[in-house]
Amino acid sequence: MSKKVLYGLYNDEETLFSAITKAKQSGLDIMDVYTPFPVHGLDDVMELSESRLHIAGFVYGALGTLTALGVMTWVFTRDWPIIFGGKPYFSFPAFVPITFELTVLFAAVGMVLSFYIVCGLGPFAANNPVLDDRITDDKFCIAFDTTGMSQIDLEKYSSFFDNTGVAEVNTKII
Amino acid sequence: MHHPVISPVREPLVQGRKSYHQITEDICAPTEKAPNLAWTAGFLLSVAIAAFGVACILLTIWNGIGEWNLNRTIGWGWDITNFVWWIGIGHAGTLISAILLLFRQKWRTGVNRAAEAMTIFAVICAGLFPLIHMGRIWLAFFIFPYPNTRGPLWVNFNSPLLWDVFAISTYFTVSLLFWYTGLVPDFATVRDRAKGVRKKIYSVLAMGWTGAAKHWQRHESLSLVLAGLATPLVLSVHTIVSFDFATSVIPGWHTTIFPPYFVAGAIFSGFAMVLTLMIITRKVLGLEEYITVGHIESMNKIIVLTGSIVGVAYLTELFIAWYSGYIYEQFAFYNRALGPYWWSYFGMMTCNVISPQFFWSKKLRRNIAFTFVLSIFINLGMWFERFVIIVTSLHRDYLPSSWSMYAPTWVEVGIFVGTIGIFFVLFLIFVRVAPVVAIAEIKHVLRSSGDQYTGYDADPKYKEYYESVKSGEHAASHDQH
Repeated sequence: MSKKVLYGLYNDEETLFSAITKAKQSGLDIMDVYTPFPVHGLDDVMELSESRLHIAGFVYGALGTLTALGVMTWVFTRDWPIIFGGKPYFSFPAFVPITFELTVLFAAVGMVLSFYIVCGLGPFAANNPVLDDRITDDKFCIAFDTTGMSQIDLEKYSSFFDNTGVAEVNTKII
Repeated sequence: MHHPVISPVREPLVQGRKSYHQITEDICAPTEKAPNLAWTAGFLLSVAIAAFGVACILLTIWNGIGEWNLNRTIGWGWDITNFVWWIGIGHAGTLISAILLLFRQKWRTGVNRAAEAMTIFAVICAGLFPLIHMGRIWLAFFIFPYPNTRGPLWVNFNSPLLWDVFAISTYFTVSLLFWYTGLVPDFATVRDRAKGVRKKIYSVLAMGWTGAAKHWQRHESLSLVLAGLATPLVLSVHTIVSFDFATSVIPGWHTTIFPPYFVAGAIFSGFAMVLTLMIITRKVLGLEEYITVGHIESMNKIIVLTGSIVGVAYLTELFIAWYSGYIYEQFAFYNRALGPYWWSYFGMMTCNVISPQFFWSKKLRRNIAFTFVLSIFINLGMWFERFVIIVTSLHRDYLPSSWSMYAPTWVEVGIFVGTIGIFFVLFLIFVRVAPVVAIAEIKHVLRSSGDQYTGYDADPKYKEYYESVKSGEHAASHDQH
C-alpha cells in the first residue's frame, strides 16, 4: 500500500533539532527523520529507545563460546580421544584460541545479519523508496505520513514547517 | 546546539572550507569519471604482474612444490615469510578502524576506509601461501573439522596451525563485514547521484539504505560493538601466527616474547603499507584536503612507537639468548647476526630499528617524500624480519650434518611479486568503484574538525598562533576552547 508522505528538507542539523522539538511539542506524529550521517543526540530528541543490538551480540557470542568448547570437548573426550604430547584428553588451555575465535565470529556475523534484518535492509531491499536524492548528500529530512488525513489535519501538518527554517517542503507518494 | 571548537593545537582534519555537499562531490568524483592515465597505467602493470604470479602458482600446483627450493632442513622459506608479511600488513587496517575508534581518534576517519580495504586484500594475499604450500590444494578443505567418512577423523584442535585456520578465516570474515557495513551508507550516496545501470548496481550494493534515524542509531551501535570485537581479534591473529613458531622447539622460535613482538611488528609494517598507499592515493585522486599532512604525521607517530617496540624486542631477544645460558639459543642468535644470512639480519635491523627513529623529528614526520621512502624501507625491513626468523633459525639444525642453505627459485619469487600485483589490482579496482574516504564519517566530524570550524582560518589571531605551533616554535600545549 502506498503512502502519501509530506516532508521538509533542512540544511543543517541545528535547525533540524529545533524543528523536531517543535513537532514533538505540537503533538505531531513524525513518520521518520532521515540524515546523511549519524547525528548525535538525534535519538534523544526523537525519544528513540536504545538499540538492543548489542544484547543480541552477547547472546550470539555466548553461543559461539559454547559451540566451540562443546564440539572440541566432545571430539577429544568422547568421539575420538587421542593423546597429544602426553596431555589430558580435555586440555582446556589448548581450546582457548579456537573458543575465542568462534565467539568473535558468531557475535560479529550474528549481529551484522540481525542489523540488516531488523532494519529491513539487504539486496532484496534495493528498491526501498527514497524520498529525496539529496538526503544522502547534504539535506536533513523530517517526514510525516499524511495518508488518508483530513483537510484540517493536513493543514496543521503543512503549516508546521513555517518558521522552522525549512529549505524545502514536498509531498511524495511512496 | 553547536558552538565552534576553537582549537589552535589540534590541526583541522578537513581542509578547504568544505560544505557537506562539497565532501560528497570530492569523494564520489573518482567513482564517477573516466580513470586518468596514472590509474590506467598502474592497473595494466598490476594485472601483468598478477598474471605472472598466477602462472607461477599454477606451475607450482601442476608440478608440486618441488618447483621451490625448500629442503628437509628448511621446510619454510619465502612462502611462510610472505604469509606472515601480508598478514602483518593487514593489521594496520583493523587498528585504524577498530582500535582508533575505541580511542575516539577522529583522524581515523580520513584513512579508515582505504586501510580496511588494504586489510582485506592483504589477508587474501596472505591466505594464498599456506594453501599453495599444502601441495595438494584440492584437499585444502581437510583443514576444516567437517563430518567425514574416515571415522569421522577430526583435525587436531591442539595445534597452533589449526588455530591459525580459525584465526585467519574469522579475521577475514569480520573485517569484510565491518568494512561493508561502513560502506553501505556511502554506496547509498553514490546510488542517489547515479543514473541508469550504475544506479541499479549501486542500489543493490547500498541494500536499500535510506538514512533513517533508527537505522543510523543501530548502525552506530553495530560499529561500536564490531570495533570492540575486532580489537581483541586483531591482537589474537598475530598472537596465534606467532604461536606457529613459539610452540615449536626450534631455538630462536621457542620464546614467550613472540606474541607482543609479532603484534607490534604487524602494526608497524601495516602502517608503513598504509602510508605507501595513502601517499599515492591522495595525490592521484586529489584527496589532499581529506588525507592531510596531519594524518600522515599521526601515522608516523604510530610508526615511531611500534618501531621502537620492535627494536626493544630485538634487543630483548639478544639479551635473553645470552642470559639463558642455553648454547643452542645463543648459537641461533650469534648465527643470525654473523652467520651466512647476516645480510638479512643487517637489513632487518637497519630498516626496522634505525629508520623509524628519524620520525622523532617533526619536520621529517611532515615531509611527504621522506615518509614515502621510509615506508618502503619499513615494508622491506619487515619482510627481512620474517625471513630472518624463519630461514636463519631453520638452516642450522641441531645436527650439523643436516645443515643446509636456501635460496628461492624464480617461481617462488614470481609468486611473491605476483601477490603484490594481485593486491594492487584489487586496490585499484576498489578506488574506482567505492568511496575511498568514508563520506558519512567525514561529514560527522566536519563541524568539530573542519578548518572553518576549528578557528584555524576563521580568526586571524588563531591562524598566527596555529602557524607558530605548526612550525614548532610554540611548544606549549593549549586546552581546547
